[in-house]
Amino acid sequence: MKDFFRRAPLPFTSSRREQQIPDNVWAKCANCGELTYQKQFNDALKVCPKCSYHSRISSREWIEVLADADSFVEYDADLQGIDILGFVSPKDNYEAKLAATSERTGTNDVVMSGSASIEGLPFEIAACNFEFMGGSMGSVFGEKVARAVERAADRGVPVLTINASGGARMHEGIFALMQMAKVSVALTRLARVRQPHISLLVDPCYGGVSASYASVADIILAEPGANIGFAGRRVIEQTIRQKLPPNFQTAEFFLEHGMIDAVVPRSDMRATIGRLLRLYQRPTSSADHREHVVAGHQ
Amino acid sequence: MTTLTELLPWDKVQIARNPQRPRTLDYIRVLCEDFFELRGDRHHGDDQALVCGISKIDGRSVAIIGHQKGSDTKENVRRNFGSPHPEGYRKALRVMEHAKKFNMPILTLIDTAGAHPSMAAEERGQAEAIARNLLVMADLPVPIIATVIGEGGSGGALAIGVADRLLMLEHAVYSVASPEASAAILWRDSSKASEAAKAMKITAQDLHSFGIADTIIPEPEGGAHMDVPVILQAVASALREQITTLSTLTIDQLLEQRYAKYRAIGRFRQAQTTLVEG
Repeated sequence: MKDFFRRAPLPFTSSRREQQIPDNVWAKCANCGELTYQKQFNDALKVCPKCSYHSRISSREWIEVLADADSFVEYDADLQGIDILGFVSPKDNYEAKLAATSERTGTNDVVMSGSASIEGLPFEIAACNFEFMGGSMGSVFGEKVARAVERAADRGVPVLTINASGGARMHEGIFALMQMAKVSVALTRLARVRQPHISLLVDPCYGGVSASYASVADIILAEPGANIGFAGRRVIEQTIRQKLPPNFQTAEFFLEHGMIDAVVPRSDMRATIGRLLRLYQRPTSSADHREHVVAGHQ
Repeated sequence: MTTLTELLPWDKVQIARNPQRPRTLDYIRVLCEDFFELRGDRHHGDDQALVCGISKIDGRSVAIIGHQKGSDTKENVRRNFGSPHPEGYRKALRVMEHAKKFNMPILTLIDTAGAHPSMAAEERGQAEAIARNLLVMADLPVPIIATVIGEGGSGGALAIGVADRLLMLEHAVYSVASPEASAAILWRDSSKASEAAKAMKITAQDLHSFGIADTIIPEPEGGAHMDVPVILQAVASALREQITTLSTLTIDQLLEQRYAKYRAIGRFRQAQTTLVEG
């Protein structure tokens, strides 16, 4: 009788089709349907071996993929959203939704942020988890990214943002919109100490995140096939009343149109960001010296 | 027939969108001694959904940037109903850099449902164009005064709205997305726009209570369109006052205050004990 009440919670599954496959043995590609041994799929960083589709991964997984083992120190994990606007309706209870999503994902909001290193080179990181309310940007999101940028400025290290978002979080209204400006002002401090902001756009990245810090970084990288844009495909199709071509708003489309620097496969991402950190690295003492020389000439 | 004592948020949206309501060029005519329009982004074209130029107010040179809706269908087509493409934001950016070079305060007038969503806009980098303006305005060493004269919708409004002072007309609205878009995103039903207008807290009074709008400019009874000369004068004198106040600050003070203003916006809980308000 006691055991009856101790029943373990059912694992979260989103569809019945997935239930037919034990989730610890096989992985099914969301794009081509190919079945891969889970271990092999994980070793390939969740990229399909058949069609190269890059599955969406969480901020925690991104940090595991990129950062030196045990280098990540998380900050601000205790920041939590509140219902600023009094957004309570039978259809939509913001605080209940936040609580349920926190329970499911094990995090308080979209962004996971902290300090890390690649091959010993230090940087600050703020990474989105699209699984948390569509990666939407509200007060907690904006605050965590702004703090990561300010920490980078204070420590004199680069900042890496990994951006996957549907846009601003409607439930926080004008406060959500203003987070775009908040992160922008924080970035002016990083610019002043001449440290780079590297933005990695992953699938999908739209709206307020794409129309603020993510699109004006010093270096912009994207994953192959990632959908990127300002307005969503559906909104544009409704406005212009015609079907859009399939490659529209992909990473490759934006590379072609001059909006990003490189499309980088996930397997090369750690090495690529490591390269960039090295290219911007400057010994502190000689940088100070150079600035003194420049100031002396003015 | 019922007499309304208080307008609902959706009523305000209707007033803010009233075709008779004065627009950017109407304010410019009253405010400025001589207005010279600066056109084109020097890369792609001249977006007439945004009007930019230089002028003088009380003998002082200023730069002006504002969304411009049309007063009839023909003009609305030419001005794309006040919804800019990337070249519009890049024209505004050019005028901001111009204002920096010549040390002119910038006045922006916000009146748009949002940036235009289209294939052409995406190809030319709508997201980048908006993002660039936010970044540049965050650090621009001249006073910036933004006024929402009608409706302010999403990043398309904020792209000329990062400012030292935010003024709103009494019946103006400013939101993260238009009520129709908000309803579509929240409830997948754009016909619930009036409910969204209420839930999203978009009125000048809401924004003032949040500390996001600094000043509300009262409108004539029935709305700005009921007595146009009065509202034009009211806005002109409010802007004059702001220019005078901000001109007393040093550039360092101005930029520090702007940083602090935006850095503080947001409300959340930390360590489950403190409530951070801004």
